[in-house]
Amino acid sequence: MHVLEGASRGCVDVHPLTVRVTHWINAVAILMMVTSGWRIYDASPLFDFVFPREITLGGWLGGALQWHFAAMWLLAVNGIVYLAFGIGSRHFARKLLPIGPRAILNDVLAALRGRLAHDDLSVYNAAQRAAYLALIALGALLVASGLAIWKPVQLQGLASLMGGYEGARVIHFAAMTMLALIVLVHILMVVFVPRTLPTMITGRVRHPS
Amino acid sequence: MKRRAMESRLGAQSAPMIERLERRLFLKQGLSLGALALLSGCQLTDSESTQKVLWAMSRWNDRVQGWLFDPNKLAPEYPESAITRPFPFNAYYGEDEVRHVVAETYRLELAGLIREKRPWTLPALYALPQTSQVTRHICVEGWSAIGKWSGVTFRTFLERIGADLTAKYVGFRCADDYYSSIDMTTALHPQTLLAFRFADQILPAKYGFPMKLRVPTKLGFKNPKHIAAIIVTNTYLGGYWEDQGYNWFSGS
Repeated sequence: MHVLEGASRGCVDVHPLTVRVTHWINAVAILMMVTSGWRIYDASPLFDFVFPREITLGGWLGGALQWHFAAMWLLAVNGIVYLAFGIGSRHFARKLLPIGPRAILNDVLAALRGRLAHDDLSVYNAAQRAAYLALIALGALLVASGLAIWKPVQLQGLASLMGGYEGARVIHFAAMTMLALIVLVHILMVVFVPRTLPTMITGRVRHPS
Repeated sequence: MKRRAMESRLGAQSAPMIERLERRLFLKQGLSLGALALLSGCQLTDSESTQKVLWAMSRWNDRVQGWLFDPNKLAPEYPESAITRPFPFNAYYGEDEVRHVVAETYRLELAGLIREKRPWTLPALYALPQTSQVTRHICVEGWSAIGKWSGVTFRTFLERIGADLTAKYVGFRCADDYYSSIDMTTALHPQTLLAFRFADQILPAKYGFPMKLRVPTKLGFKNPKHIAAIIVTNTYLGGYWEDQGYNWFSGS
């Protein structure tokens, strides 16, 4: 017992360094992609509304496109590092699995009642697992539909999978909307359980004793 | 490495100190998140060095798109029933400012790395072998529309005038003061047309009389209208929108 405490120095590792670094790079890249994407959307809105200019990035369509097509490299390279680490180190297998619909439902209901336990930050609850897996899937869908919009001729196989150029625009928008909503919930959860934030930076949390 | 060591040392300290540290980190993070939220319109995004990085990334994207471009890959063609009617008008000016080029006095000027630079009249251009395509025009703004264009394959025209096909760029100067340029690989693509007709009619003024370059493998603004002069060159010429920030290659 004594030896164990001495080794851990009263702290437990929660998040590996690679996960923390890629998380924060991803946060910046997503923020740039989404806000510049809103300005691009505004140039030819798919639906009956536009995003307020103040919350968009780039100033004008050309500037927003420059941001979008620069930040996409940050997003892609960072995403590849994260996925390679997640699969290679079995981080995904250990942290995001197993997962089932009943467990997700239970944890979402518990969260809504404010009774979701956060005693051990190194274990993701089912609601977290579902949210993080959804974010990974939506990220992949955003990249695929984005590529189809960018290269509907060179990548026409991918584009037709997305329902053609116009279909890819709708999918890209829908995936962005879902991602934005999950991120919003994610940030709200951090507000409710603020001690998760320093942990995402230092990677450690004090032993609950 | 150094950071990890520091963190371990801190981990060994007493609880109140860690709490203070966590609070500080929380505050710091909150502040930097706030700063990020202010990204748009603030000095960071408009600063000269940021602009330099964005332009450098756009040049990098030109190169990547050049590598991605398959000279034999054809843009999808559509049945005539899929044609968008009415086809949208688009230019850097309003529809009431459309230029009217006089057919009788019109001459297409040629310049640069071209063997036979004599100007071309419209009847001479119409006498060249003609071909048609129904393809999707994709605007940089995001919308798209399907149209039918007819004219001479640009490659045929470039060969006819003895253009240096190993040159890097083909540039266009237009009667409406628009200008643009494309890479030679795209200029030689089988679907790149010097188009004289739209929907089987002589190109109306609003669609670029007397001719536009139809490039179904590039965004709409890379399809110059009212072409007055063609330049073959190894010097980068940019374009009206490209010089303001639209990506130069803008391939589809």
